[in-house]
Amino acid sequence: MRIVDRPVDVLRSFLRGYLLARVPGVWMLRVGFGIVLSIILMAILAPIISPYDPARRVDEPYLPPSWKHPMGTNRIGQDVYSRIVWGSRIILYVVFLATALSMSIGIPLGLISGYYGGRIDRVLSMVMDSMYAFPALILAIAIAAVLGPSPSNTAIAIAFVYIPTYFRMIRGQTLAIKNSLYVEAAHALGAPDKTVMAKYILPNLSHTILVVFTLSVADSILTEAGLSYLGLSVTVPTPDWGYDLRAGQPFLLDGMWWMVFFPGLMVMLLAMGFALIGEALSERVSLAQTR
Amino acid sequence: MARGLGYYIFVRALMIIPTILILYTIVFILLRLLPGDPILAVVGTRNIPPEQLENLRHMAGLDKPPYIQYFDYLWRLLHGDFGVTLAIPMGTPVKNYIFSRFPATLELTIFGFTISVILGLLTGTVAAVKRGSAVDTGMRLYSIIAYTLFIPWFGLLLQYFFGLVLGVLPTSGRLDPDISLKTITGLYVLDSILTGNIDALISSLAHLVLPSLTLGIVLSGAYTRLVRNNLVDILSMDFIRSYRARGIRDWKITIYALKNAFIPVITLMGLQFAILLGGAILTETTFSWPGMGTFIVDRIDYRDYNSIQGMIIFFAFFVSLISLVVDVIYALLDPRVKY
Repeated sequence: MRIVDRPVDVLRSFLRGYLLARVPGVWMLRVGFGIVLSIILMAILAPIISPYDPARRVDEPYLPPSWKHPMGTNRIGQDVYSRIVWGSRIILYVVFLATALSMSIGIPLGLISGYYGGRIDRVLSMVMDSMYAFPALILAIAIAAVLGPSPSNTAIAIAFVYIPTYFRMIRGQTLAIKNSLYVEAAHALGAPDKTVMAKYILPNLSHTILVVFTLSVADSILTEAGLSYLGLSVTVPTPDWGYDLRAGQPFLLDGMWWMVFFPGLMVMLLAMGFALIGEALSERVSLAQTR
Repeated sequence: MARGLGYYIFVRALMIIPTILILYTIVFILLRLLPGDPILAVVGTRNIPPEQLENLRHMAGLDKPPYIQYFDYLWRLLHGDFGVTLAIPMGTPVKNYIFSRFPATLELTIFGFTISVILGLLTGTVAAVKRGSAVDTGMRLYSIIAYTLFIPWFGLLLQYFFGLVLGVLPTSGRLDPDISLKTITGLYVLDSILTGNIDALISSLAHLVLPSLTLGIVLSGAYTRLVRNNLVDILSMDFIRSYRARGIRDWKITIYALKNAFIPVITLMGLQFAILLGGAILTETTFSWPGMGTFIVDRIDYRDYNSIQGMIIFFAFFVSLISLVVDVIYALLDPRVKY
C-alpha cells in the first residue's frame, strides 16, 4: 500500500474493489448506491420524465392517483408526480451546497486545531463542542429564519450546523496520526507545516472523510426537509418535498393521503440511500483499521 | 484525588457557564451579522411611521451599540428575562411563553425518550443474542430505517392509520376539549394523577401515544446499534463464559451482560437528548402539540426574531442541564470514572 492515497484512487478502489466485491454487507452499499443514483438521475432528467409543469395547475385539484396522474394532484391541481421529480433538484442542490460549505470550513479548521494544538485548539474545540451539543435543527431554524426563505440560505444554515461534525472528526484523526513516522519524515525533509497538512495528513483521512460525508449528507437531507416543512426553505410555487408534505397535511385526515405520502417517502428514501452507503463504508473502514 | 461527588457536580455545573456563553455569543453574532434588518423583517412590507420603527428597535434592544446590547441582554438573561415578543401580541415577555409551553415539550420528550430507550434496548439485545442471523440483519435494517424516517411523514402516516382508518387515537392536541384539568405542573399526565382525574389521565395518555411513538421510534435506531455492538463484545468475555459453564440460564446471562453494556448507552442518551429536542419541534408541528416547538414555528411566520433568540437561549440552558445530569449519572454508575 502506498503511504499517500489520492482521493481518486480511493474512489476507484471503492468502485472496483467494494461495490463489486463479495463481502458481507455489500448489499447495503449496492442498495444505497442504487437509490442515490436513481434520485440523482431523476433530478438530471427532470424535464424529460415529468409529464407536466410542476408549478402550474394542470387538472382538477384533489385527484387521487390514476394513470393520468400516477401520484394524484394537490390542492392547486398541480401534478404531484411532476413536483416530486422537480423537487429532487432543490433538495440535492441545497444538501450538496451545504455539505461543500461545511467541509471547506470544518476540515481546514480541524486540521489546524489538531496539528498545532495549544491555545487555538482549546478555543476552537470549545466553540465547536458547544455547537455540537446544541440541537442541530434548532440552530438551523434560527439561522434560516434570519436569512429568509430561499434554497441558498437554507444551504448556509445547514452548512453551519455540520461544521462541528467535520471539525471534530478531522481534529481527532489528525491528533492520532500527526506523530506517525511518515509525518516526522516529512518534517525531517524540511516540508513546511502547510505541506505536511495538505499532502501528508489530509489524504490519509480520505476514508474517514468519505464515511462522515455520507452520514452527514443523510442527516442534512432530513434537516433540509425539516426546514422546508417548517416553511423556511422555498417559496411557492417551487416544488420541494418537505414543503409539499406540509401543504398536503391539512387534507390527510379527509383521506387524501397521496399529497403527504409521496413527498415524505422520497425524503426517507434519499436519506436512507446515503445512510446505507455510510453504514457499509464505516464498517469497511473500521475493519481496515483493526486489521 | 478523590474529592467526592459533590465537588464533581459543582465543577461540572460550573462548566455550563462557558457553554451557554459561547452559544449566546454565536447566536448574538449570527443574528446581527447576517444580512437583513430584523425589525424590517418583522414589519414586512407594511408602511410604518419612523417613530414606531424606533419604538420597535428600542423594545428589541437594538437602539444601542452592539457591545452594549451584548452585555445588556446577558444581564437581563441573568435575571431570567428572555426579552419580549416583537410581533402580535407585541411586548409580551418570552418568559411567559416558556412557562406555559415548556411543560408540554417536556412531557412529550420524556415519553419519547423512554420509548426510544426501551425499543433500542429490546431490538439491540435481540440482535446481539441472535447475532449473525437474519434477525440480526433485520434489526440492523430497522436501526437504519428508524434513523432515516422523516418525522412529519412518519407521524402523519400514524395519524392516517390510527386516527382515520382505525379511528382509535386522537391526532392532535394534548387533551380532549371537553375535559377540564386543573394544571399544577403543566405536565398533564402528572397533573391528572395528582388531582385524581381519571378522564383526563386517559385522554392525556391517549394524546401522547402517537407523538411519543413517532419521536421514540425515530430515535431508537441509534440505541439499537450501540446496544447490539456492546452486547456482542461483552457476550464474548470470559465472565460470561464462566456463567455459561455454571449452567446459568441464557436470559439471566443476557441481563448480566446488559448491565455492563449500559454505560455507553448513557453517554448516547446525553447526545440523543439534543437530537430529541430538534425532533420534538417537528413532532409538535405535526401533531399540533402546544409546546415550545410550535411556538418557535409560529414566531418564524411573524419573523419575530427576538422571541426566537430567547427560546434558543432557553434551549441552550436546558440542553446543558441535561448533559450535566447525564454526566452525574454516569459518574454514579461507573466507579471507574474519575471525579
